[in-house]
Amino acid sequence: MVALSKKTAEAITCNRAAMLLLAVAVILTTLQYAAVLPAWLHRIPDAMVPPFAAWLDVVFNFVKDDLGLLKFTRFFTEGLENVLDTTGNIFFGKYRWPHLGPMPWTAVAGVAAVIGYSLGGWRLALLGGGTFVWTALIGQWNIAMETMSVLVVAAPLAFVIGLSFGIAAWKYAWVNKAIRPVLSVLQTLPFFTYLLPAVIFFKVGPTAGAMATIVYAIPPMILMTTLGLQKVPLEVIEAGKMAGCTRFQMLRHVYIPSARGDILVGVNQVIMLCLAMVVLTAFIGMPGLGAKLLAMMGSFKLGRSLEIGITIVLLAVTLDRMSKAWAVKQPVHFDKGTSWFCRHKTLVSALCVIVGFTLLSKVVPIAGTIERGQDFSQGKELDNFIKWLLAVDGVQSVTYGIRYVLNVWVLNPFRDFMLSIPTPAMIMMVVAFAVWLGGRRQGIIAAIFFGLIALSGWWDRSIITLYSVLAAVSIAMLLGIPLGIWASQSDKWSRRILIACDTAQTFPSFIYLIPAIMLFGITATAVVGSILIFAMVPLTRYTIEGLRTVPPEMTEAADMAGATRMQKLVNVQLPLALPTMAVGFNQAIMFAFFMVIIAAFIGTQDLGQELQRTLAGTDLGKNFVLGICVSLMALTFDVVIMKWATDKKHALGLA
Amino acid sequence: MSSERPVISCKNIWKVFGDDPEGYLAKMPPDMSFDEMSEDGYIAGVKDVSLDVNKGEMLVIMGLSGSGKSTLVRCFSRLHDITSGTIEVAGQDIMSLAEKDLIELRRSKMGMVFQSFGLLPHRSVLENIAFPLEMRGQDKHTRRERALEVIKLVGLEGREDFFPRELSGGQQQRVGIARSLAIEPDIWFLDEPFSALDPLIRKEMQDEFLRLQQLLKKTIVFITHDFDEALRLADRIAIMKEGAIEQCDTPDKIVLKPATEYVRKFTEDVDKARVVRAGGLAEADQTGTGDPVDASQTVRKMARMLVDDTRDFIPVSRAGKPIGALSRAEALDVLLGDQ
Repeated sequence: MVALSKKTAEAITCNRAAMLLLAVAVILTTLQYAAVLPAWLHRIPDAMVPPFAAWLDVVFNFVKDDLGLLKFTRFFTEGLENVLDTTGNIFFGKYRWPHLGPMPWTAVAGVAAVIGYSLGGWRLALLGGGTFVWTALIGQWNIAMETMSVLVVAAPLAFVIGLSFGIAAWKYAWVNKAIRPVLSVLQTLPFFTYLLPAVIFFKVGPTAGAMATIVYAIPPMILMTTLGLQKVPLEVIEAGKMAGCTRFQMLRHVYIPSARGDILVGVNQVIMLCLAMVVLTAFIGMPGLGAKLLAMMGSFKLGRSLEIGITIVLLAVTLDRMSKAWAVKQPVHFDKGTSWFCRHKTLVSALCVIVGFTLLSKVVPIAGTIERGQDFSQGKELDNFIKWLLAVDGVQSVTYGIRYVLNVWVLNPFRDFMLSIPTPAMIMMVVAFAVWLGGRRQGIIAAIFFGLIALSGWWDRSIITLYSVLAAVSIAMLLGIPLGIWASQSDKWSRRILIACDTAQTFPSFIYLIPAIMLFGITATAVVGSILIFAMVPLTRYTIEGLRTVPPEMTEAADMAGATRMQKLVNVQLPLALPTMAVGFNQAIMFAFFMVIIAAFIGTQDLGQELQRTLAGTDLGKNFVLGICVSLMALTFDVVIMKWATDKKHALGLA
Repeated sequence: MSSERPVISCKNIWKVFGDDPEGYLAKMPPDMSFDEMSEDGYIAGVKDVSLDVNKGEMLVIMGLSGSGKSTLVRCFSRLHDITSGTIEVAGQDIMSLAEKDLIELRRSKMGMVFQSFGLLPHRSVLENIAFPLEMRGQDKHTRRERALEVIKLVGLEGREDFFPRELSGGQQQRVGIARSLAIEPDIWFLDEPFSALDPLIRKEMQDEFLRLQQLLKKTIVFITHDFDEALRLADRIAIMKEGAIEQCDTPDKIVLKPATEYVRKFTEDVDKARVVRAGGLAEADQTGTGDPVDASQTVRKMARMLVDDTRDFIPVSRAGKPIGALSRAEALDVLLGDQ
């Protein structure tokens, strides 16, 4: 009881503090509108902004040149280059050792089908084989293989590095403590911030792309490894000890095999993040699907973009389903006397497929490579069709209407209002929000984080970034949550929508630009549109999950109390689902911060735009300052919302 | 039971969980109760236990959940490091063993069976059973041969290549038992081995276990929360409560002369005639007359004879040698529940 009342008292002081901060913020803003607020209270004067970028540059230069990091990484680059050239030779026939490739497309598709079959039966075989057949027939074989050749190097490297760090973090508490904050920053850092250091240290092109991809994909692998190892049942560990395992034997024979499932989920995430990042590294000159998509979207060739988009999506879904199937696959015994060939039928059939199709391609060239002009691409026709469709009066007036209403009545006024708020007032509002939802600790974190952003000298651009995120997520909530609530009412539709969300989450984020640009052209609405679609997925998904996991005895109790559907929803289901929905909201915000930076490609005025500009130069300091600004904003939300969600779950007895 | 030195001998052992167990225990007044310690944020897993386990005997440690029985058995094998006291296993002070020697001890002398089996999910039955042998570096061929031997012993022939997931609970525990026997241990720890099984399978597995013990004659420490199981299997029973041993004695003595109120509550609903044996009732200073009864006979088995007989004292013999005589009146009291 004592502890409880203490907690309540703390909550009351927190609420009071939040109200007070909000009041001051409102007063400051009013003064600003009344034009009596001194300028130095509206924005921090430029003279007071410390030159963070220059300081960082000094540090980077010291590490890079004086400590010789650059020499080391350049040396490393050569090794990586050799590996990438080798896979390049095998996949798309780069003229290089080992002079084996390119593998005939029929062989690659055949092997994909065999692997698919062994992991998940005919459906996965069809998906795997079909994806590669489509890629070949649509005439994107070479660019797809360029992407794949980097992926097959980046994903295993990220896996090995992530696994090692994961084991270290599990084994040594201090490693875990040191690594956690770094991981949270890495996971919220915009990808442009990964790209520039990669370029500086690892040269433009595939090597830098591969490095950025590897670094980007490591964090979830570390987290999943640590989680999996911690979850190994105590009795299994004790059984290992009683069997007289040494420490290394414990790790090799007991811990890692028992954590197989979680580690493979980590592998799944590594593969998906690698694919997403490999596509995005087009921005630093990585050839492949991403580069082609970037070029096609840049020249507004939407039909072509759509075809490449479909290829990327198919690849993503194939890789996702296969790695997930691998994660849940359980060992099955063979009957006595099963022959070696039957026990290893996947290996045998894969080899047969490779040899068979390679021989076939010597006789029938089209089974080896599909030449230009032999493909079935309908790019031009699609381009024309889409242009025609968008030009139809009805369609045009609708998209134009949406654009006009959003821009003139919603987005622009909201942006202007956000920009008009004085810096200290804005910080106070954020802190008030953090204190009210999270508590004192969260308030302090928010104050420090937003204070740093104010001092960074990029306040206006940060606020524009924040505005895009908030605007898009708000609209996404208006659409996504009702959709989730509606779907959760029936088994059939919850299942269908959940599958759709699952699939959509595997798409590399770049893909989401295609429909946005298609509908709204290269405008601010398209930016919000792409974030909106991307952010809607987790909102809908967690709404359904939250509502579906309300304990049945509670809904039954509501039914027996004679509640109508609406009463049940409002009084029982939604309150209990709220913590889960908050997790979805948090994820939506994180996704939005990620997407808003990519949308710089369309043309924005926020941090992303500046970040993209730094890629052209060697301005590492500025690049980092910008990246950290995005990261700090995202982390503030993450810290506050997750704290609230866990508190609420505990209070409701759901955790 | 025998004059040889005990296989496991522990003196005044404590296992305290908390932030600084050693420091706390050193400063703690000696008569602290379990609850008082809990208030300070420390849990007494094992509280001042002294106990010997003799060669070839089956000691059953009985207690409700949280009584510290599993903690105690884990102290014997040093899965837990004790906070204070000494434990000697096979003549060695196990707390002073280096990691290498501890591993060697476990590889050569100890086997353990777990409540939820603790099987490695990625290994087949054969590989699970051969696991301890593999760890100590035996070659594939001998490993396989020995594993097949134990598989036969526990009746799992034909399932060598199955994976744990493909077996029923009873079969999984047979794998667990086989694995613990693979290295031919001298000391066999069983931590509630049958608790996760349903009642019919449990009975079957107990019979199977008794058969194995007849065959192997190991020194056994058996943990259970089931008093009937304890009575059925034990040479001696140690009853634990809040980390301390309430009473450690033969089943007869526990049933006939419970040391504390807590122990008496357990014995209340037990059909004593099925537990108490002639040997337990025998008084050494009496001789009696006529034909002797065997010490291993339960009162229930002797019921007809006890009612029909007219002697006051009936001689009792173990393995043909007289060890005393039992009072017929007393035996009848046990039979009729007038104790």
